[in-house]
Parts: sequence; C-alpha cells; structure tokens
Amino acid sequence: MELLNQVTQFVISGLATGSIYALIGLSFAIIFNSTGIINFAQGEFVMLGGVLTIFSLNVLHLPLLAAIVVAVAVTTIIGLLFERLAIRPLKNATPLMLIIITIGASILIRGLVMLLWGKDTQALPAFSGTDPISIAGATLLPQHLWIFGVTVLVIIGCRLFFNHTISGKAMRACSFNRRAANLVGISVGRMVLFSFVISAAVGSLAGVIIAPLTMTAYDVGVMLGLKGFCAAIMGGMGSGLGTVLGGLILGTLESLGAGLISSGYKDAIAFFILLLILFIRPQGLFKKGETERV
Amino acid sequence: MRKMFAVIGITMLLLCSASAAFAAASIKIGGLFAVTGPASFLGEPEKNTLELLVKEANAKGGINGSKIELFIYDTGGDATKAVQLANKLIKNDKVVAIVGPSTTGESMAVIPVVEKEQIPLISCAAGIKITDPVKKWVFKTPANDHVAAEKILIQAEKLKQKNIALITVSDSFGSSGREQLKQMAAKRGFKIVADEVYSPKDSDMTPQLTKIKAAKPDAIICWGTNPGPAIITRNLQQLGIKTQVYQSHGVASKKYIELATPQAAEGIMLPAGKLAVFDLLKPTDPQAKLLKDYNTDYKKSYGVEASTFGGYAYDGFQLIAAAIKKGAVTPAQIRDGIEKNGRMVGVSGIFKMSPTDHNGLDLGAFEMVRIVKGDWVIVK
Repeated sequence: MELLNQVTQFVISGLATGSIYALIGLSFAIIFNSTGIINFAQGEFVMLGGVLTIFSLNVLHLPLLAAIVVAVAVTTIIGLLFERLAIRPLKNATPLMLIIITIGASILIRGLVMLLWGKDTQALPAFSGTDPISIAGATLLPQHLWIFGVTVLVIIGCRLFFNHTISGKAMRACSFNRRAANLVGISVGRMVLFSFVISAAVGSLAGVIIAPLTMTAYDVGVMLGLKGFCAAIMGGMGSGLGTVLGGLILGTLESLGAGLISSGYKDAIAFFILLLILFIRPQGLFKKGETERV
Repeated sequence: MRKMFAVIGITMLLLCSASAAFAAASIKIGGLFAVTGPASFLGEPEKNTLELLVKEANAKGGINGSKIELFIYDTGGDATKAVQLANKLIKNDKVVAIVGPSTTGESMAVIPVVEKEQIPLISCAAGIKITDPVKKWVFKTPANDHVAAEKILIQAEKLKQKNIALITVSDSFGSSGREQLKQMAAKRGFKIVADEVYSPKDSDMTPQLTKIKAAKPDAIICWGTNPGPAIITRNLQQLGIKTQVYQSHGVASKKYIELATPQAAEGIMLPAGKLAVFDLLKPTDPQAKLLKDYNTDYKKSYGVEASTFGGYAYDGFQLIAAAIKKGAVTPAQIRDGIEKNGRMVGVSGIFKMSPTDHNGLDLGAFEMVRIVKGDWVIVK
C-alpha cells in the first residue's frame, strides 16, 4: 500500500512536470514545422513569460490577469521582432545557420534580462491558493490543475488552428513542401512569421503558468528548453498529440526514475531515453516512418 | 543603474592604471571575483564590498598614509580565466596581495600560481580543501562547510533526532555538504535513512521527498542554494510532511523565506552567518556593531542589504589592512602579518589565524535560527 501510494505520487508529479515539457515541446514543433529550424531561443520565451509577469505585477502594479496578458503580448512582440530582424534578412541561409542564430539570440535575451532585472530568483503567487489537493494518497497543488488545463486548451487550440483555418492549413502546407506552397500562392515568409508569433505566445504562456511552482530567473530557460526539446523529439516534432505524449512520458519516467531508481540519475535517465529514441526511432515514438526526412 | 556602475568601474580602472605612474608609494591590492556567470551572486557583492572599503580607506588618507590602489578582474566563475587573471595581477599590476576568487574550483586552480609567485591569497570560497592542508600563502575567510554541518547535527542531537534524511544539490556546494554531513553523522551516531540528491535546475522535488517520507526520518537536512531549497520547502508543504527540516547556511537570507513563502518555511531551522541576524544579536556581541555598520554602509552605496558573501571580501581586506597597519610592505611581510594577526572581529566571525589554521573560524561563526512567522528567531 505504501509503495502504491508512493508510485501514485511519482506518476502525478511526473505528469505535472510532463505537461510543462509538453507545452514547451509544442512551441518547438510549431516553428520546426513551418521553417525546418529548431529555435533554441524557445526556452528564453518561456523565461520571458515568467519574468515579465512578475515585472508587470510588482513594478507596474497591474492585476494578475492584466500582467499575464502584458507578459504574453510583449513576448509575442519579441518573437515577431526576432523573426523580422534575425531570421528574415537572411534569404539563403541554411537551417544550420538559422539554428546557430537562434542560439545567439537566446544568449542575447538571457543577458539582457540579467542586466535589466538582475540575477535573483523570483516567485509568482499561485493563481488559486496553495492548499494541496489529495488524490488516492498522493497530493498535487491547484497550480498543477492550471497547468493541465492550459495544456489541454493549447492542444485543442492548435488542433483547431492547424486543421480548420486557412492560415493553419497554409502553415502545414509550408511544412510539407515550401516550394509547392509558394507556387500555390502561400506567402511562406508570412507563415514563418506566424509560426514565431504563435510559438512565442505558447512558450510565454507556459512560462507564466509554471512560474508560481518552479519560480523564475534569467537562466531558467536553458533546462526547460532542453527538456521541451526532448519532448518534441519523442513526439517526432509533430505539433499534435505526439509531442504532448512525449512530454508526459518524459516527465513520468524522470519522476519514477528519481523515486524508484536514484535521484542522482534523474537527468541522465531523461537524456538516455532521448538518445535511445534518436537511435531506434528517429521519426518519433508515434509517427510512421517516412521515406524522406531532411 | 548597473550600466552606470560598469561605466564608473571602467573609468576607475583606467584612472587607476593612468595614475599608477605617479603614485609610487601606493599599496596595490588585487581582487578576483566571479562578477558575471553562474556564481555572480557571490562575486558581485564581493566586488562591491572591496570597492566600498578601499574608497572608505582612501577617503581617510589610506593606510599609514599610503593610498590603496585596487585592481579587480571578473573571472566569470571560470578557473582557467582565474589563473590567467591571477598571473596578470601579479606580473603586470604587481599587487602585494589578492582577495578572491569567489568559488572553490577557481581558488584551487589559482593556489599553485600564488604559491609559486609568493603572493598572499585570501580566498572567498568555502571549500575545506583550500586551507586543509595548510598552504603557506593561502588563507580563506568563509567558515568551512563542516562547521555549519556540525552546528545542525548538534541541534539535532539536542532534540534527540536519531534518524536523518539528506537531500542535497548535485553541485560542488551540495556534494561537499553531503560528504561532511555523512562523515560527521557517522561519528556522532546518527543513522542516515535516506540520501537523495537533486540538480540545481530541478523544478520539482516531490519524487525525492516522497521517498524520504517513506523512510520516516526524525529530521530532514537540505543542503543547497536558492531556488532549490525554496522549491523543496514548498514541496514539503504540498506533500504534508511535518518532519523537522534543517536548511544549510546557503539559504540564510530573507530571499529564501520570500521564495518558499512564510507559511511553508515556518519552523525550519538553519545555521546562519551572523550578518543575516545582526539585528537580533545582543548588543554585547562583539560582532554586533561591525555588522550593523557594514550593512548600513553597503545599503547606502548600493541600495540593497549587505550579503554574507560580501562579508568574505570584507574580512579579506581587513586582514590585509591589519597587516599593513602593523608595518608590512612586501608580500612576505603581509603574509606573516595575517598569520600572526591574533584575534580579529570580522563579518564571518571572530578570526584567530595561526600557522596551523589559515581560516581561523570556529562554531561561533554561525547562529542557529528558526523561521517564525517569516522572520528569524535565534534558537537558544
């Protein structure tokens, strides 16, 4: 019974952490799907979401909801500027060059935030209290429910957008074949811009809802970005359920590994799984093999 | 504001190097701090403190009539860079003593350089390896980790807690603490029923704590620096674990209580450097006045409370200044002066340097405090 309770707690903790990874993984996948690049500044969008909310709350004295809206809006604008100023001007850049540019951007954003707001870790108050909720001998916090809720909403939103709107369909078209998409009259450049905007918005939203739990500082984006990237790889870089499942599996395995095997190897377990997947199923856990993948 | 500091800093450096040619009789002191990078929470207050002290001393006409020239370099927490900069300080700037580096890794890397060049180094890092075994030219001002560990275990002994659980961070601070705790716990007859670790960037420690809960310890000892211990404190509240928790001196600041929330941190005990609780000390405490003055001066100059870490540089400078006041001029004389300094009241504690002890602090460097309603209370 004791062990069962423990395992329940491990799984619940794992799912909560996993949905954070899933959200960040989704925002990786959105950009990858329309541009073929991996945006390593994604973790910085997550960080900006948290830091800007705290700034709006504590310095501008906005109410929580307004602070969140401001933070997400500002991050989205930063995502937009990033695409316009750093990605767009390079007409014939290879994906590798663009990826290196995103790494540069991540260092720049991190440095600026450090200079502007300092190096201290800060916490956001929980949205709806900190009284633990107990489920089958395990506990979780109201904030976890927020994370689950927002993740579900974002997945549904992505689904609707990519399958039922012209822009969404156009973005998918770009991901399948940019040239053909261009030929049928889709402005590929605009779709790339859209993808950065959406992914900055989703990333910063993730940053906002996790800030009360994990706290935030100028350098939290690195590890979160890496774990989100793992989730996206596990899901085969799809912007759908695959990435979400990837995130949840990663979170749960990490937590079970830390609890049942050894907490010293928690990160090692996560990255070992990532390597295994890259070796055995590079197309992701849930995707059928493709004949061509560039 | 920070930019302004940077500009002022650069200008000052330029002025220093320009005026070096004119002021021949000045005393040159070097500083090596991790002002940027992951250890910047150490390096920044250390640099600020040293600059503040030198400014104050020069405003009073210097030490024994000679002005002090300060050369501070940013190591970024990188051991290789620290070694290069130490060489630069010794060979180009010709300093007579060095305060820093900020971290144990950098200090260990710099030690061979200063031993060879015979320049006294006063490290601001806590690792026990720095002064144990004693090295001729190396001193350090932070108390050893094992002093804090011992303080916690003595308190646990008093409360008759036998079975203890450890949760430590997997960086150098945490692993050093873990080693010291395990060694000393074995010596004092404690039983370690759980030994968990977490990595510095982890955002959820409920798996480790669930495991600890199942081991039913009498006390949990957590060893880390923010934000980890704050997250652990919140996780403990979430899991409804009511066991007595001890934190290390690594989180002895109000920031920890703020991050962990006062409700979750209620009742937690930790060994704190006296600077953190200076306003609770008895007025008869020999450190009380010095700590109050340091905090006031620091706050006036930089707008924030002084931190324990800045205190390491404070003590380092005072040791050098005391030696110079007694007539030391050359690096060798300063080294001897520091070693024979006798009793000196500092920020980190009361120093008693000797040829066999180049740290000179004992259990008195820490006060055991308990968190009550978001504030510290000294445990009797």
